[in-house]
Amino acid sequence: MSATNLRIGAPTGWRGWLLDSAPASRNQARLGRWYRAWLGLRRNGLAMTGLVIVLALVFVALFAPLFANHAAAYTQTLTDRLQPMSWAHPFGTDELGRDIYARVVFGSRTTLTIVALVSLIVVPVGLAMGLPAGYFGGWIDAVLMRLTDIFLAFPRLVLALAFAAALGPGIENAVIAISLTAWPPYARLARAETLTWRHAEFIEAAELQGASHLRILFTQIVPLSMPSVIIRLTLDMAGIILTAAGLGFLGLGAQPPSPEWGAMVSSGRQYLLDQWWVATIPGLAIFVVSLGFNLLGDGLRDLSDSRG
Amino acid sequence: MSASGAAARPSPVRRPFPTAAGVASALRRIARLLGSVALTFLGLTLVTFFIGRVIPIDPVLAIVGDKASKATYDKVAEQIGINLPLPVQYWRYLMRVLHGDFGTSIITAHPVLQDMAHVFPATMELAVVALLVGTLLGVPLGVLAATNRGRWPDQAIRFGSLLGYSMPVFWLGLVGLLLFYARLGWVDGPGRIDVSFDDIVTPITGMITIDSLIAGEYDVFWNALGHLILPASILGYLSMAYIARMTRSFMLGQLRQEYVLATRAKGMPPFRVVWVHALGNIWVPLITVIALTFGSLLEGAVLTETVFAWPGLGLYMKNSLFNADLNAVLGGTLVIGVVYIFLNMLSDVIYPLVDPRARERR
Repeated sequence: MSATNLRIGAPTGWRGWLLDSAPASRNQARLGRWYRAWLGLRRNGLAMTGLVIVLALVFVALFAPLFANHAAAYTQTLTDRLQPMSWAHPFGTDELGRDIYARVVFGSRTTLTIVALVSLIVVPVGLAMGLPAGYFGGWIDAVLMRLTDIFLAFPRLVLALAFAAALGPGIENAVIAISLTAWPPYARLARAETLTWRHAEFIEAAELQGASHLRILFTQIVPLSMPSVIIRLTLDMAGIILTAAGLGFLGLGAQPPSPEWGAMVSSGRQYLLDQWWVATIPGLAIFVVSLGFNLLGDGLRDLSDSRG
Repeated sequence: MSASGAAARPSPVRRPFPTAAGVASALRRIARLLGSVALTFLGLTLVTFFIGRVIPIDPVLAIVGDKASKATYDKVAEQIGINLPLPVQYWRYLMRVLHGDFGTSIITAHPVLQDMAHVFPATMELAVVALLVGTLLGVPLGVLAATNRGRWPDQAIRFGSLLGYSMPVFWLGLVGLLLFYARLGWVDGPGRIDVSFDDIVTPITGMITIDSLIAGEYDVFWNALGHLILPASILGYLSMAYIARMTRSFMLGQLRQEYVLATRAKGMPPFRVVWVHALGNIWVPLITVIALTFGSLLEGAVLTETVFAWPGLGLYMKNSLFNADLNAVLGGTLVIGVVYIFLNMLSDVIYPLVDPRARERR
């Protein structure tokens, strides 16, 4: 990567600025790093497929009304029940005559909401447990990691099930249940990352300058840990989506009439033999989205492996 | 490690028996491990106890019904100790659990533990066969992927694994039923056995395939196998995805080692280098992976058994869930949790015992 710009035919303009081996500012260095990562990712066809799927999910969820009619997802038309695929109903209709295509489109919002909420809970909790453990060591480390180990040894789906059963079905409780069993790997990761940097010279320099522990943790160590946390999160997303869909399938996720893919598969089960699309299409949506996250996460991990 | 002389004839003892110091350090580790297992178990019971307490149903009301008099209500409340301080209640709960008393199921009116002993063999049967399928396919595929790193077999196996990682098991089960049972008629449908074959074989192990073979009832065996094959293959595929991925990464670690280069330079056939020497060195971490896969099969039983109407622990828990049978749900959670903790512990113990390098690192 050194002296890129001295070569003949080196990139110029904004690409040259991004790939400059001697960036003049922090922002240039940061953007350059992101750009190089992007270049690496772009070479990986599978990862790019994953990225497209994930972006499509976000886009469809945000702009769902542009893709499907909101009313068609909720209005029950019993005369139209269990219709096969047609121009009017690309994926057919379900047992209450609702358009499955529209319900799949609006169901993406449920999925994205769960994924986003779980990430928002799991990452801070994991960091809060892992950073002090790695930074301070000693008994703090012992206590926090023991606690993490306890939760790490819990069966995830079953515990989420018990929680959802106790707190009552619903999307919020599904999120709480999943988060409760999903944070320990992030605590481990944050601890490992912190240990890597704990005795680096720039950390010691910051300490000598009188920076508080909190300041060092948040301005130095958190940003350094973020890439591996994000990769881990991307890889975890598929598992989170599958667990959420599983809870939905068991009737413990989002409640009717709101569209949720797992619950849609479950309600289509009894029509499986004659109206196969009712159960299989929403399941296909779960599969495609979780495959997207897996492909992207896999590519991102490869990228970080080759650099590290 | 075991490179010398192996090309000419295989030496019978490949690993030296653990030394006295090794055994002592292993024992110390086991003691430490038992402590952490006990702690994890306490944590698990604390969670199930907590879940039992926060549930928004009055446990007393659930027993006496809403027509009971105040006196009856108070009497039962005192009996189950709902008015006692929380730590005391937890202590009582813990003691009951340790004595194997998980309470009585509301649906079946049997003790929960007895119910679970009744349904567990069905879950076990499915999980064991699935694990066999997953291991027998996953390990060779993982080795194949590692030896062909970056070429098309590797890419194909990687993609196949990623597909398996991404599929919701309940959906794959339904698609499998639709295709292989309803459309093609290759396998039998949901359930463990046809109704006409019910109760022919007296349960010995509780696993119908084994019991029918013991009794010599081959019709029953073939029928049970016809029901078993689809769920076992689907779970086997999902396990295979994980096992193949892990085998690949362990193998890559081995193939980078110098002993591989040395044996190759000596002219040992590549097949032997890979399948005997490199594979022989990764079986310990592989056991861990297989144990963990087994744990995830048990936990996923809630979903698969629902789809396949498989009368095991998962279906039992799911039915209990919808009948607000909290004792049964929490009992199932505890049992699966304990098996999970046990499997985790097992892999932690085996690791340094068989692999000297892990011992030295400690």
